[in-house]
Amino acid sequence: MSPLLEARGVTRTLPGPPPVTLVRDVDLAFTRGELVAVTGPSGSGKSSLLYLLGLLDRPSSGRVLVEGRDAAALDRDELAALRLARFGFVFQFHFLLPEFTTLENVLIPMRRLKVRPAQEMAERARALLDGLGLGEAAAKYPEQLSGGMRQRAAIARALANGPAVVLADEPTGNLDTRNAATVFDIFERLALAEGRTVIVVTHDRDLAARTRRRIELVDGRVVADRAAEPVSA
Amino acid sequence: MPAPLFLEIAMGHLRRRRRQTIVSVLGVALGVGFFVAINAMMRGFQQYFVAQIIDVAPHIVVRDEFRLPDLQPALRAFPQGAVEVAGVKPRAEPRGIRGARPMMEELRTLPGVAVAPVLQGQAILAYGTREVSVSLMGIEPERERLVTNIEQDLVEGRLADLRTSANAVIVGAGVAERLGALPGDTVSALSPAGVQLSMKIVGMVETGITAIDSSQAFTLLKTSQVIQERSNVINQVRMRLAEVEQAEPLARRIEERFGYRTESWEETNRNVLSLFVIQNAVMYTVTGAILLVAVFGIYNIISTVVYEKTRDIAILKSLGFRERDVQAVFLAQGLLVGLMGALAGAVVGWGLTELLAQVRIDMGGPVLRGRQGFILAREVWPYLVGGAFAVVAAALAATIPARRAARLNPVDIVRGAA
Repeated sequence: MSPLLEARGVTRTLPGPPPVTLVRDVDLAFTRGELVAVTGPSGSGKSSLLYLLGLLDRPSSGRVLVEGRDAAALDRDELAALRLARFGFVFQFHFLLPEFTTLENVLIPMRRLKVRPAQEMAERARALLDGLGLGEAAAKYPEQLSGGMRQRAAIARALANGPAVVLADEPTGNLDTRNAATVFDIFERLALAEGRTVIVVTHDRDLAARTRRRIELVDGRVVADRAAEPVSA
Repeated sequence: MPAPLFLEIAMGHLRRRRRQTIVSVLGVALGVGFFVAINAMMRGFQQYFVAQIIDVAPHIVVRDEFRLPDLQPALRAFPQGAVEVAGVKPRAEPRGIRGARPMMEELRTLPGVAVAPVLQGQAILAYGTREVSVSLMGIEPERERLVTNIEQDLVEGRLADLRTSANAVIVGAGVAERLGALPGDTVSALSPAGVQLSMKIVGMVETGITAIDSSQAFTLLKTSQVIQERSNVINQVRMRLAEVEQAEPLARRIEERFGYRTESWEETNRNVLSLFVIQNAVMYTVTGAILLVAVFGIYNIISTVVYEKTRDIAILKSLGFRERDVQAVFLAQGLLVGLMGALAGAVVGWGLTELLAQVRIDMGGPVLRGRQGFILAREVWPYLVGGAFAVVAAALAATIPARRAARLNPVDIVRGAA
């Protein structure tokens, strides 16, 4: 069985002058239900690698495969469709649309996908919010929420279409320790209980220590890819 | 059924920038409104003017003239030859339309066509020591009333009075004034042929057009033929049609058939009508400029929204929105502003038109005598054309920023915001 998500010899270079290589010759494979931390110093290419794995960016050379399918063969619309159905993104900034309530924000990806009837979409969005302790916040606008709640709302939105892969880019960067721990609890549940693959870019060593697999990047290269027993927080 | 997602996002963006949105909508509304109002004013005046032209004068006049001099026999015999005839003197032949009777019989058979014969000639009317040169129209009252408005323009007397007294004449109001004569007075008429007649004024006409009122007089065709010494001659055939638009093509057919110079009302008034074309061009340019400014306003607001919403665009794209989905969000904003502007513009246009209708101006001139304000054409099409133009222009204005939004690379933005 091919892995869920795979990078083969992926290199990403920004055209110059002078050309900057963000990611160098990375080979990685991820299977279902993995919780993975990607660490490394600033500018080591962590985020760039995440965007490549999430099909937001295309590699300069090498290939990204989703369930064995080469993403390079897909056009932009097909990539968008794949992201919509199979990927969920969480960024450092919550990126909730300020014109919509929390519930409506969670509904947006479902409404774009258009596979569930309206009633079911609303029920599912409520269930997602309830599951993340945001039942009270459903009718509120993002600006009325605290930072931790916003980030959880953003996670709920990432989960809207039941993605196989959740990609998080410094999701706890703007949060205090307690909220950061809550977010990580959620990621653990997504991976271990729900069988999603969760890849988290972080430079918080304490949080990274809670994952079973840790990948370390330096200058765009993978310098360590360790499987270890997670240290409970 | 809820609104489509892209429309909901678009409306959310516009609601957020309420004041700017209102200003943009007002800009479009003013453009559309002014277009409607100015159009009503201009077209109202033009339609009134054309109606006046059409009512006052016959629709077609056949004259005893030719557009081109008759070909010389030598030229006719050798149409391809290098023939030149120099020093040709026009033949002195008695003027008048030859074969006028059969011609009129033939024209009368056309459906919706009224025909009247006229002998027009010069005469000098004298009353006491005053003399006025007039164009004396010899008419057949029963026929003339079918081709011109002379009967409605009579301010004193009746057309039939021409027949009840001998050598009766109806003069223009200006002619009467210059002569100092009143209906009932007898004036002396002298023609270029040297015939002098005593004529009794039995009526007065006032068309409102000074040039006509101060130079025309009407008498019976027979009387005119006597005073001009041209028995049984007519030099004009005047026609009125049920369908005014047919005047020009029919005039061309008549000229081709009979050879005489035949003028339709359009040809006679070509200078005025071409003035209207220029007037309209000015109007459309001005209202177009207003709309253009409004369109720049739309471009501005949507560009601003795109700039401010780059993060939202990035997240939408990372969530799996296609380029065309993002583009639709911003195109919809342009369309919404255009639509709201078109609707508000219809209200503004209607309001301005009714406001103009309230304006009272004392028009001293004789042409618009009796009118004390703007003549307004209340038509539906300017609302539709103005509205459609606004919506299309707004959509075009939104296209550029919408495409820019669609092309944004989410990675650049997410990286920058992190």
